[in-house]
Amino acid sequence: MDRFLQYAVAGLSAGRLYALVALGLVLIYKSTRVLNFAHGDVATFGTFAAFALLSRDHSFWIALPAALLAGAAASVLFYFGVLAPAQRKGATLLGQVILTIGLALILQGVVVFAFGTEPDRMPFPLSDSESRRFGPVYVSELSLGTLAAALAACVAVYLVVQRTRLGLAMRAVSENLIAAQTLGIPTRRVLAFAWATASALAVVAGLFLAPALLLDPFFMLDPFLKGFAAAVLGGLGSLPGAVVGGLVLGVAESLAGAYAGIAFKKTLAFVVIRAVLQVLTEGLLGKPFKERV
Amino acid sequence: MDLVETWREELRFAPGRVTRALLAAAVAFSIALPFLGQPAWIVRGTLVAITAIGVMGQNLLVGYAGQVSFGQAGFLAIGAYAFAHLQGLPWLLALLGAGLVSALAGVVVGFPSLRLKGPYLAIATLGFGIAAYQLLANVPALSGGRMGLAVQRPSLLSLYWTDVALLGVFALATTNLISSYAGRALMAVRDSEIAAESMGVNLTRTKLLAFAISSFYTGVHGALFAQFLGHLEPELFNVSEVLTQFVAITVGGLASVEGSIFGAAFVVLLPVIFGGLRWAVPVFFGASILAVLIFEPGGLAGALRKARLYLEQWPFR
Repeated sequence: MDRFLQYAVAGLSAGRLYALVALGLVLIYKSTRVLNFAHGDVATFGTFAAFALLSRDHSFWIALPAALLAGAAASVLFYFGVLAPAQRKGATLLGQVILTIGLALILQGVVVFAFGTEPDRMPFPLSDSESRRFGPVYVSELSLGTLAAALAACVAVYLVVQRTRLGLAMRAVSENLIAAQTLGIPTRRVLAFAWATASALAVVAGLFLAPALLLDPFFMLDPFLKGFAAAVLGGLGSLPGAVVGGLVLGVAESLAGAYAGIAFKKTLAFVVIRAVLQVLTEGLLGKPFKERV
Repeated sequence: MDLVETWREELRFAPGRVTRALLAAAVAFSIALPFLGQPAWIVRGTLVAITAIGVMGQNLLVGYAGQVSFGQAGFLAIGAYAFAHLQGLPWLLALLGAGLVSALAGVVVGFPSLRLKGPYLAIATLGFGIAAYQLLANVPALSGGRMGLAVQRPSLLSLYWTDVALLGVFALATTNLISSYAGRALMAVRDSEIAAESMGVNLTRTKLLAFAISSFYTGVHGALFAQFLGHLEPELFNVSEVLTQFVAITVGGLASVEGSIFGAAFVVLLPVIFGGLRWAVPVFFGASILAVLIFEPGGLAGALRKARLYLEQWPFR
């Protein structure tokens, strides 16, 4: 039982990060109907910005906002410079997905150019090896920090989306773009804000993941795929679904790793998703999509 | 993208004299290449021919049938390993076997994916690619363990001739396929599933056909690639392979046979140009995708088609 609890907690810890990535993906998908394949690379970009500052002995409290800004700036630039003109020209869904692949490749090249492909240790105020004991379960300091950051981020997103005028505008734009434009909502700025928020969430995930791993230009690939899977599992149209999907995926993966063998840990995540999608084609919390003729 | 709405407009795209001249030049060039005495370019030519077959398959699925699939790395791996395990057989039979095993996997992946659309299909196929990789990495009987798997490698010249000839066969087959009933059904499904279904297109059969044909091509690509390398490791078939294929179909031109060949040449030859600057390759790939989609959504093939139409009607436009 203790072992089960310990693995479940470890799974929740990973799941929180997947949930953050998934939340950003869903935010972007809901607002602009684009699957953002550059999400992981934006996070990598932001994390490396923080790494550059931290390794020059700046304080963590300078590096954190700088990293968030760097990630957000990259995606806002992409939105205004590339995606909005392409959408105005009537780019297809596939075309828009390929555009984000283009952004991903560019960011990847830039990070490799600036930092090389050698893995680095990320200096971080919280330690991965020192742990606290809660009943039968051990939790590392880093994991507690991740919990705090993920909770704060989720609450912030909830408050912004549900309680502010900006959030109201975001919901209106996601529901019906043309109607929102007619009502005088500056849709492009609202959408750019959604992209910026989503990227900041991804950077938070990257920042709290990096100290547990070695930092190299491809370290976000795997978490990004898991976050993507989590978003699909929860239903791409649902923000709470993203969080639920992330947590479920994290726990399922950790338990599978513990009891079914570590080698197929990664595959199992996709098997679970495949099975869920077979029954619920729009994920756990998504609404069925009806096509208009 | 402009839609072709009338038969007269469609006729403008029919191959004319310029196309025939270009085709003859391309064939002459690929025959002349080995006689230029540059072994490095023979290697590159072989790689372009091999890659073009896979890109053509991906283009059939994504460009013609409109199914966004990220599972190509898995089909590539299946084709390559099937070929490696079938080595005792005559070469053509082993190649065919690799393609068929991969096509079977395509049907297996495609069948449950019939209900899924857009992003959900993307994640399901992506999952398949990752599962195939994990299976190969963890089952030594399939992948030959830590030592990898050796594949018999013929001489460079014979490799070049067979691969270029195969590319010709596949290009011809694809051109015929897309102007047949099956090919038009693929495009109808891409443009509107409901409209296609009400015109009597069998959605299930058409989508499965797209998956099967596309993964057959990719399987053959994998088999030829295995033969080209002479050695197989699971690490060869990761997700970045899929991104490269997307770059190839976008830059070459979605839904175009000649575009697939241009795209393959682009992704194979660009890293050669950049040589020492490895980081610049993804940047240039990314930038060229953005540029193509914004300025010339038809890709290189679209640009060529425009140039050809301009030339054929030259004084009158």
